[in-house]
Amino acid sequence: MKTNDVILQTTTKLVFFIIFLFSIHIFFAGHYTPGGGFVGGLLTTGAIVLLLLAFDLKTVQKALPFNFTIVTGIGLLLALGTAAGSIFFNVPFFTHAFDDFTLPLFGTTSLHTAMIFDAGVYLVVVGAAVTMIQTIGGDA
Amino acid sequence: MEFLMAIVVGILFMAAVYLILSRSLLKVILGTGLLSHGAHLLILTMGGLGGAAPPVLTEGVTDFADPLPQALILTAIVISFGVTAFILVLAYRTYAEHQTDNMNLMKGNDEHD
Amino acid sequence: MINLLLFPIILPFLFAIILLFFKENIRAQRLLTVIGLLISLVAALYLVATVKADGVQAITLGSWPAPFGISMVSDMLSALLVTTTILITLFVVIYSFNAIGEERERHFYYPAILFMITGINGAFTTGDIFNMFVFFEVLLIASYLLIVLGGEKRQLRESIKYILVNVISSALFVITVAYLYSVVGTLNMADISVKIAEIGQPGIITVIAVLFLLVFGVKGSLFPLYFWLPGSYSAPPIPVLTLFGALLTKVGIYAIIRTYTLFFVHDTGFTHGLLSALALLTIVAGCIGALAYFDLKQIIIYNIVIAVGVILFGAAQMNEAGISGAVFYLIHDMLIKGALFLLIGIIIYVTGTSNLRKMGGLMKTHAPLGWMYLIAAFGLAGIPPLSGFVGKLLIVKGAFEAGDVFGSIIILASSLVVLLSVIRIFVYAFWGDPTIVELPKTNRRTFRKMMMPAVALVILSVLFGVGTEWLVPYMTDATDVLLQPSIYIDAVLKE
Repeated sequence: MKTNDVILQTTTKLVFFIIFLFSIHIFFAGHYTPGGGFVGGLLTTGAIVLLLLAFDLKTVQKALPFNFTIVTGIGLLLALGTAAGSIFFNVPFFTHAFDDFTLPLFGTTSLHTAMIFDAGVYLVVVGAAVTMIQTIGGDA
Repeated sequence: MEFLMAIVVGILFMAAVYLILSRSLLKVILGTGLLSHGAHLLILTMGGLGGAAPPVLTEGVTDFADPLPQALILTAIVISFGVTAFILVLAYRTYAEHQTDNMNLMKGNDEHD
Repeated sequence: MINLLLFPIILPFLFAIILLFFKENIRAQRLLTVIGLLISLVAALYLVATVKADGVQAITLGSWPAPFGISMVSDMLSALLVTTTILITLFVVIYSFNAIGEERERHFYYPAILFMITGINGAFTTGDIFNMFVFFEVLLIASYLLIVLGGEKRQLRESIKYILVNVISSALFVITVAYLYSVVGTLNMADISVKIAEIGQPGIITVIAVLFLLVFGVKGSLFPLYFWLPGSYSAPPIPVLTLFGALLTKVGIYAIIRTYTLFFVHDTGFTHGLLSALALLTIVAGCIGALAYFDLKQIIIYNIVIAVGVILFGAAQMNEAGISGAVFYLIHDMLIKGALFLLIGIIIYVTGTSNLRKMGGLMKTHAPLGWMYLIAAFGLAGIPPLSGFVGKLLIVKGAFEAGDVFGSIIILASSLVVLLSVIRIFVYAFWGDPTIVELPKTNRRTFRKMMMPAVALVILSVLFGVGTEWLVPYMTDATDVLLQPSIYIDAVLKE
């Protein structure tokens, strides 16, 4: 039987971007308040799972043509690279650097190398979780 | 408060042991999930419940929460999340291959497969 | 280069990540894995030299002051174990080129090995008890992948058991760390040692000591917690089995040795008495298993259990001879188990079966294999001047010094059983009439390629035995740190 999922699909097209933007917000909010790469990544995965529910695996793969294993790899590289940067300055591994910068538009902003690390975590979580769901979902 | 938490942890462990000893693979996995929840709650309790106090220690502050147990739990939760996801996929594959989720039927050694 | 001690952990991790980008290209995977392991090996050897020259190396991640951040500590024992781990992995990887099959190579076999090495080296190096849990999980998750890779019916069944046992023991690890944290309020291992010394060793610490023994006993297959090991280890293919047999249980043993020499040294009568009794029971149980089976894999797997008992019995004596014997035997056992598993892998490849009753007469057709196996078997049993001898001699000496005559006799008797069990393989597989057994058609070239890493490991283990004199200064350093926790503590909390 062919189900009629016009409402779900139309809503998803809208809600996907809301969730995605919110996940980016949560990711940046993690700098000082609750949030961060892990939660942000899970939210993004949630958005992608919603897409998978509304459409099918093939459509989603066409819409998001990433190899999510590679996404995981890039995330790991980012995280390791940030942590390993300290090796070149001969300070203990994982030592982070931060300072306040005055940027156009944003005003005085505190920038932190830990954010690059968190971006790595974000990518790893998205990559790994989506790979898992695709693997199980593709089987049925 | 600690006393109450100890009881909750005890109940979680009890349920976990009961589920782990059952025959169905899915129940066993749910049991390991409960077991790790109990363990996480135990860390939180063991670190001392700080209540609503902030996890910072500066001069003049006498009432503060220990931030370390929370960091430990976060790590442990992420790990158990990953392991549980893996084990669920594995259980699914095992079920597809063996056509059973009964642990009793998954015994065996070289002589009788 | 204050980060030197982290290199054996970071480098395999880096190469594992890079390998994720070359999923389909097997040649690139092989090449990158070998290059990564070679660079790691150089770093590890340099680390050993540095530790020898400058003493214990310690670093606290993220520039936090010492008891608050995560400390990584490399003393001589850690450095030696890290080096041995990378060395064995290198040979196993070379062996895998011909033994594992392209299907598995294409499904993250090499990245999984490198991730596992990251976890193992991390567990050997870390100076923080919770961080040890994290590295345990890293190596376990990689090992879950390795044990199930291939997805044969039998593999799936056995890996479910392996994973469940390890998940439960990990939960127990977290629980134990929680108890310890509530008593001493710190996670830094050096700091824990100081705090326990301050409060003496009240009953609760002894309870925690026993809990740690349970946790690490499951990983290190101590009696009666070894029950999962023979079944699970026989499921994966030989190269994976070699890595597991040579490395994984040793991480558990290392953790027991570390905690029992650093933390729980104030009530040795009970804790170490228990450890020594369990170690002896482990030996007995392993001996029974090793004699009972007619399956190549099972016999050697039960020999892992015996070795665990011997090493821990030595460590439980808490005197110089016992501990240095345990360190000697630990490294010897990693090398020789690696060699033996690779060799029986070749035997299984040549005969097409792992059942001893279906073999015979290999000496006529595969003489080099026979001789290599014989040397490795003698080395395992500890026939002088091969590598097992020194370790066992020191352990027995330590036991006599500690007044444990009964234990010494069991250790010596177990050597005979070990010899009997491995020589039985030799007699059944290599002697006899070659015409009765029909060998499957195998490629002579593949056989020679598989022999190379196995022979290299056998030679290494022989050198380890013959060159004992040259290794003694390193072993003394390792033993000193274990016997005098103050060296370790000073290195970590120096600031």
